[in-house]
Amino acid sequence: MSGGLAERARAGDRRALARLLSEVENRTHTAEEALRRLYAEAGAAHLVGVTGAPGSGKSTLVAALVGEARKSGRPVAVLAIDPSSPITGGAILGDRVRMQVHAGDRDVFIRSMASRGHAGGLAASTVAAAAVLDACGFPLIFVETVGTGQSEVEVASIADTTLVVQTPDMGDEVQAIKAGLLEVADIVVVNKSDRPGADRAAAQLRGMLTVGAQHDRQMGDRPRPKRPDVLLASGLTDAGVPELLAALDRRDAARRASQGNGTPDAARLARAEAQLTGILAQRLAERLRSPQHAEERRQSVRAIAAHELDPYAAADRLLRLLGGGSG
Amino acid sequence: MTDAPARPIKVLIAKPGLDGHDRGAKVLARGLRDEGFEVIYTGLRQTPEMVVSAALQEDVDVVGLSILSGAHMTLLPRICQALREQGLDDVLVTAGGIIPDDDIPALLEAGVSRVFGPGTTIREVADYIRGNARPREG
Repeated sequence: MSGGLAERARAGDRRALARLLSEVENRTHTAEEALRRLYAEAGAAHLVGVTGAPGSGKSTLVAALVGEARKSGRPVAVLAIDPSSPITGGAILGDRVRMQVHAGDRDVFIRSMASRGHAGGLAASTVAAAAVLDACGFPLIFVETVGTGQSEVEVASIADTTLVVQTPDMGDEVQAIKAGLLEVADIVVVNKSDRPGADRAAAQLRGMLTVGAQHDRQMGDRPRPKRPDVLLASGLTDAGVPELLAALDRRDAARRASQGNGTPDAARLARAEAQLTGILAQRLAERLRSPQHAEERRQSVRAIAAHELDPYAAADRLLRLLGGGSG
Repeated sequence: MTDAPARPIKVLIAKPGLDGHDRGAKVLARGLRDEGFEVIYTGLRQTPEMVVSAALQEDVDVVGLSILSGAHMTLLPRICQALREQGLDDVLVTAGGIIPDDDIPALLEAGVSRVFGPGTTIREVADYIRGNARPREG
């Protein structure tokens, strides 16, 4: 069944692809089998994370970038994440509104994803969904995060290129030197460049994001924030969009060149790490939910709440039990 | 892996045709969100092709069509037919808006499973969807 879905999806059956993505979102056994089979076929796509505040124009900009990329005939996929309600689990997935211009194009595949309780701006299954699209022949994949604040930086750990969308009224120079989102950008876009103040905002961002170049050299091999390019664009008028896509393509070309010898770059290693960590956490959670461990867990929770047992000791005890038992 | 978390039902809310009044559709989308559904909202002035392409790519369980323009006898059957042509015959299609009672039998015949008139509560719509949307397989 899963073999059928994966193979049909790879052969270009969009219905099968959509079904497979549902399996992935629902984290089913079918999805896991399909992903195991497809993983070796994935890895060629340029995965572009697009993040920024709610209303900064991410969806409109992505729609414009998709249109630009389609001029060269490349298939393009979009994963657009919106938040799930922490109370009811429901969600409004509204990013498609801005992208419906591509509805008639079968080489544009847009999929909305609810975050389903996952924090950080993505859904737990976003990386897996991107791998499916990658294996199904989409060379360019945009992952649009939920509207973010200052610190939802998870997308940077899964994307090859992280694009942070700002607006002309995003704030002063102090906002630009705060830690968080802007530190993980490969490219900062001042969107809505048709509005007043865009040039000034871009100049401020450039000024603040490029200070300390000398300090960078002194830091040597220590981890340090990226030094992003700052570009102006308007998703509404398409101004600056060709230049933005060209900048994305240059980064992709550079990555491919540097990976020519088969050594994954830092972004790919980070994605691999994120996947492994996510699956380990999921496996652990599943085993803890199994009937044989559920009672242990309940007792531990009660003991911790009653301050009879400290949470570290309780966690170690459960891990020992899991290590000894069968999952 | 796990079947512990309930899988939310996915509903596409679309406004086919040319009328520009989407307050009702937005209120419904918001209400269904509160009922725990994942609601994909595509906005105004959707052609049948746009509706069907969104339903296919999003793998929705339900397509809810809001229409106030009077073009329901043309647009709704076309959407139902296009859904079937794409193999989406297990998707539940519901309609709401200003639709005269006399038109309802023909719409049901065309593949709309239920027409909700003015005054329908969100709870009624939610209960109908829960009772009639295709079962989610594992």
